[in-house]
Amino acid sequence: MKSGVGELTGIEQDALAEIANIGVSRAATSLGQMVGEQVLLSVPAVRIVTRRAAARLVENNGPPKLIAVQQSFAGPFSGRALLIFPQTQSLELVRAIVGDQHTIEDVIDLEEEALAETGNVILNACLATIANLLRRTMQISLPSVIRGDGATLFEVDNAGQDGDRVLFLYIDVTVKARDVHGFIALLMDLPSITALKGIVHDFIDDVGR
Amino acid sequence: MKCNVLVVDDSKLARMVVASAFTKIRPDWELTEATNAEQALDILGQGRVDIALVDFNMPGVDGLELLARIRERHPKMPIALISANLQHEIVARARELDAAFVAKPLTEDGLRGFLSGAALRLRKAAS
Repeated sequence: MKSGVGELTGIEQDALAEIANIGVSRAATSLGQMVGEQVLLSVPAVRIVTRRAAARLVENNGPPKLIAVQQSFAGPFSGRALLIFPQTQSLELVRAIVGDQHTIEDVIDLEEEALAETGNVILNACLATIANLLRRTMQISLPSVIRGDGATLFEVDNAGQDGDRVLFLYIDVTVKARDVHGFIALLMDLPSITALKGIVHDFIDDVGR
Repeated sequence: MKCNVLVVDDSKLARMVVASAFTKIRPDWELTEATNAEQALDILGQGRVDIALVDFNMPGVDGLELLARIRERHPKMPIALISANLQHEIVARARELDAAFVAKPLTEDGLRGFLSGAALRLRKAAS
């Protein structure tokens, strides 16, 4: 089965979902250790969509005011990884991480910095596992915290014609006991998708050997 | 044998996690914190550090670069890179510097393993 740039065949989509699943499972284990609670994951969704559609997908599943930790990655393919939560749940997540013994003032003081480090640990776990699985090396940037709606997070307004359609990979992440519900999202632009397809085929060939 | 341990991490949360585990594992040892490479090298220059734990992902000089500089000046010091970036290449580069790799999120077991190995090395070197 052949496909043009920007389209994924069934097997490519399946392999990407499996690779993402392994990466995110590692990330979920890390988050679980940090909050001391069980973390549940959904089945990963892999789609090629516009940035606007990606933004809508994230917003439709929750309130539009979001907070995200993002890290860029670069290597044989590049893009951005985001850990996203509704702003209303951010303090609860931070409280779960720093421990209930801290006052609300302490939690508010630590919010931005604790989220950045949490994102750093979780997104690195996910990206490093994917890189190791694909036998490639990626450079991963420092984390930054952004607040806004889905369009802000996914830079909808800055997208040029070529950058508009992205490979969008997302997974629901739920900290069950805390009622905290977020997403891990990976966004890759089209030139990256072409490179990624080649690497995914190497991976599929290795698995089939 | 009491040791002075230096932890270098730009994240306050990460330093809190190290300090909390450290106090449980080695309540009689001393922990010094630095938030970046420059501060870390200053503290190391004062000559009171026995063991260093360095975060990888820091603004400016990253953890591997800092470890390389520490290694130049302290060829025998037990050192570790601490990171969630467990890519094979990063772990291999830490090993090349004769540094341990301690995974984030940091667990008591992970830190205990490194500190025990480090204490053993220091005792052997002193004997």
